[in-house]
Amino acid sequence: MPKLVVTSIGPASSVQDAGRPGAQRYGLPPSGVMDRLSLAAANVLVGNAPMAAAIELGPFGAAFTARGGPVRVALSGAQRNADIAKHSVASDTSVTIADGETLTLGFARNGCFSYLAIEGGIVGEAVFGSLSVNARAGLGSPYPRPLQAGDELEVAAASDMTERRIELPAVSDAPIRVVLGPQDDEFSDDAKALFLRSEWKISATSDRMGYRLEGPVIRHLHGHNIVSDGTMNGSIQVPGNGQPIVLMPDRGTTGGYPKIATVISADFGRFAQISAGRSFHFKAVSMAEAQAEARKFAGLLRSLPERLRADGAEFNIEALADANVAGHAVSAVDAGTWHPFAHSESEQAP
Amino acid sequence: MAAIPALPRLLPSGDCAITVEYSRDIDDAANQRVLALDRALAAAPIEGVTEAVPTYRSLLVHYDPVQIDFDALGGRLLALAQLPAEAASRARRWRIPVAYGGEQGIDLEDVAKALGTTPDDIVARHVAGNYRVAMIGFTPGWSYLSGLDKSLHMPRRQNPRLMTPAGTISIGGVQAGVQCIAGPSGWHLLGCTAVRTYQLHRDPTFLLEPGDYVTFSPIDTSTYAEQLRAAEAGEIVAELVA
Repeated sequence: MPKLVVTSIGPASSVQDAGRPGAQRYGLPPSGVMDRLSLAAANVLVGNAPMAAAIELGPFGAAFTARGGPVRVALSGAQRNADIAKHSVASDTSVTIADGETLTLGFARNGCFSYLAIEGGIVGEAVFGSLSVNARAGLGSPYPRPLQAGDELEVAAASDMTERRIELPAVSDAPIRVVLGPQDDEFSDDAKALFLRSEWKISATSDRMGYRLEGPVIRHLHGHNIVSDGTMNGSIQVPGNGQPIVLMPDRGTTGGYPKIATVISADFGRFAQISAGRSFHFKAVSMAEAQAEARKFAGLLRSLPERLRADGAEFNIEALADANVAGHAVSAVDAGTWHPFAHSESEQAP
Repeated sequence: MAAIPALPRLLPSGDCAITVEYSRDIDDAANQRVLALDRALAAAPIEGVTEAVPTYRSLLVHYDPVQIDFDALGGRLLALAQLPAEAASRARRWRIPVAYGGEQGIDLEDVAKALGTTPDDIVARHVAGNYRVAMIGFTPGWSYLSGLDKSLHMPRRQNPRLMTPAGTISIGGVQAGVQCIAGPSGWHLLGCTAVRTYQLHRDPTFLLEPGDYVTFSPIDTSTYAEQLRAAEAGEIVAELVA
């Protein structure tokens, strides 16, 4: 079985999948991916289930070497310079790292997290149905901690499938939409208006538990202590210093600060990708609009296989489906004809 | 303390969760209602609901908005809330052994001083309590207990500790706690138990359920050391009394 060896890697990089919801009533955080759309796109590119475990890469560069056989990967999410043996590799395409070759990735350019999916997934021991790393709880597999240089991931050998690319909708830079509540009545109308009209920045001290926001002080009506209640991905709690914290997948399952609003699920991945220091705004929407957006987002995730294109050719999705059902690897174009030069920087998605 | 209203408030927690709120305070009657709704939901599952998280005052119901929307789910939850509360048939009673004071409970003497009594008296009052698991949260297995003797109510520390040991038995405000994994805490540390309310690869992984009853029994440090080894080997150590 081939291995993907971590040759170098920065902090905040770990194996993530859909996480382990279901035990929040016992205090177990759900963990899991920060940006679902990018994880799903990377997985679909290499023929995996959309929420299969992949490598969530933090903002810094990284390098991975194939050992013991060729390994097919795909990168989606934040854009980075990428090359194999000095040949540049585009985002949102699959690519095969030949045995002994190294995929080198630069800094994230327009976001925080990129997802490196590996054909066949990552071999590990699921805990509560998930390989997702939660370093604080000592959970995750194959390593219950962020990845480090020298780590080795057992993976499947690359099939002779044709390399492909995926066409994703352009990333919006519209305000991050929120639904007010559950404790918006702990804030005056003025405080809520200030929260919604102000420019916010993500603090550099943010992590997978919470993103700290920098902006005007949001004051409480009755103090900052409430009796603890349950939290969500995207809960925006306001502690005593009036600087909101948006709770992320490794969050405590309950919290004792008033929550002024919640980021809608369809915008959560886009919010998670906002880099430290970049400014953004919130916008309040109705529950009906938030839930319509959630259904639209689910539709987008479902549509990803239809957005695949064979590298350099129109892709026959029906042939792919038939071949997969029949258990054969797909070869609409001979994989041997694929060459990294086929992807130039200019071809990268906007 | 305000009376508990007949019907809870439905508060939006984004588009994928509803906070079903019975009270804004730590209130025993509200917690009983929360746990009753949690049981009712488990007994009659609603399609689209993924999990429920009970707390002192509210039940957070996570759901998939593709399968059910806020209004439909809210209506179903209010209907469940109006059913007569069934008795907690699954509620169990646990006895948890605790090594009090010394290295295991570094705040015991200070708590005794602050309350104008002796460490032995604090232990006696803590052991005399009959507690209920009101909620589990914050970190895996962190069990918040209601039923702390009024004479032991005291404010949390001004400066929370960044690290407190696994198995810490503590008090904070009107609550008592059983902490499982090491982590930050602003509560007063009375002792330690070898019991792990959460332990991976043990059956059961999670020992306590919200609604279970808990009492404490004092042990000496050599018994505690023995129990730590037993717990590490996967034993539950806690005694199921009923």
